[in-house]
Amino acid sequence: MQLRYDSIEGLIQAAREAGKRISDVVLEQQALQMEEEKQAVYGRMAETFSVMEQSVSQGMREGLRSTSGLSGGSAYLMGKYAKNGGGICGPVFSGALARALAVSELNASMGRIVAAPTAGSCGVLPAAVLSIQEARGLAVDQCIMSLFTASAVGMVIAKNASLAGAQGGCQAECGAASAMAAAALVELAGGTPEMAGHAVAIALKNILGLVCDPVAGLVEIPCIKRNAAGVANAFAAAEMALAGIQSAIPADEVIIAMKRVGDAMPVALKETAEGGLAATPTGKKLYRQVFGETGGQGCGVSCRGCHS
Amino acid sequence: MNVFDIIGPVMIGPSSSHTAGAARIGRIAGALLEEPVKSARIFLHGSFAKTYKGHGTDKALVAGIMGMKPDDERLKHSLELAKEAGISVEFLTQDIENAHPNTALIELTGISGKQVSLQGASVGGGNILVEKVNHMPVEISGQYTTLVVMHRDAPGTIAGVTNYMGSLGVNICNFRLSREQKGGTAVMTIELDSRVGPEVNEHIKQLPNIIGSVMLLPD
Repeated sequence: MQLRYDSIEGLIQAAREAGKRISDVVLEQQALQMEEEKQAVYGRMAETFSVMEQSVSQGMREGLRSTSGLSGGSAYLMGKYAKNGGGICGPVFSGALARALAVSELNASMGRIVAAPTAGSCGVLPAAVLSIQEARGLAVDQCIMSLFTASAVGMVIAKNASLAGAQGGCQAECGAASAMAAAALVELAGGTPEMAGHAVAIALKNILGLVCDPVAGLVEIPCIKRNAAGVANAFAAAEMALAGIQSAIPADEVIIAMKRVGDAMPVALKETAEGGLAATPTGKKLYRQVFGETGGQGCGVSCRGCHS
Repeated sequence: MNVFDIIGPVMIGPSSSHTAGAARIGRIAGALLEEPVKSARIFLHGSFAKTYKGHGTDKALVAGIMGMKPDDERLKHSLELAKEAGISVEFLTQDIENAHPNTALIELTGISGKQVSLQGASVGGGNILVEKVNHMPVEISGQYTTLVVMHRDAPGTIAGVTNYMGSLGVNICNFRLSREQKGGTAVMTIELDSRVGPEVNEHIKQLPNIIGSVMLLPD
């Protein structure tokens, strides 16, 4: 069956018919599409995964600060907290939060990251995959394969809605990343393709309407903590789906709803740094702290790309 | 669209448009100069002008000019590295009429005195569009193997280049021509579907009426 990435249902059906994981059918199709050997495409994803691993460990360092000076150090604190008893929900959960913060803070400090799907949401997927890998002792091969499932979900969202904060708000960035991560988690936990579909639907439903309102137009406040929230949401969605809970609204309809919500969102809440947290007194004060008194509110330009 | 458009690119943060895209624009400017840079004047417009410090756009542009790719970890230190290499760098903010909000205009002078100017925009997700080379309109996305051919505006010059490409079995996916004035200097930008070796560029330089040719490779 031809895989076209125009629906989550299509991914599930293709996997079901082949009797394989979603990631297996995606890798096979991508090799054909790119006119490359399967092993070569897998190898590129393996390199990508290893950059993710490096970005987690680099982002966890003590004393990491962003270029603007507005953020940094959260991952270090969270990592210490996770190791020191594991917190309320245990070390898997607090470790995942720490990893998401680490990659996102590394991004803000001009470190090397993998956009997944964007730089603004780069912490969610590596945090999910590396945390379940550690918790379950999973083979690296499984983790790399799960990235094909995640990216297939991302492609469906890109085709039917958007992956840019300037077009769809944060639901299109951290929201999409969360849905991608939820699908990867379900696959890595041994769930079925159908369960992965429900996890995608649940993850997106939970963040529907989330606005993109970066303080000073920078990929820091609130983006970094929203990466942590994104991985928390991915775990919540995956756990529910693995428990056999179904989404009443199918994933593909949720994605269409996400598109419509994004379209209805005012421009001030789509990465222009003119609304939401960016427009709070403290948000404006931080803007002046970084860029000086001139320039007015936000970047002053509807740039449509600050953290796409 | 493929899986690496979703999980990728590997890049230095924080912003695909303000950092990765800026590095790509700078890299094309550096490649067009074809010699080590002595000085760079960089004009920033719109959102680039307002937010370049917070996003490291300045560092990314200079890194690109020095030949670094968007995932090069030295990018963060490019301003210091440029200083060590004796490259003088000046940043200015300027309104450029009808330009995309993320636009940079780069003027480079090489060690031999050769000069190149380039205007490029970062159009989202790390994708770029170079819109002017030496003040002449062009269209370079940087996603393909691209030939930028300076030539005299004379009959048969374009056919000479495109017939040669055809004879190699290489397909042209985008072609743009512009000129300063009739009979003056003109520029062809040719984006190709397949990779070709540097000997192809060397051959083009030998064709009639060609002033110079540079081959750009995607990163």
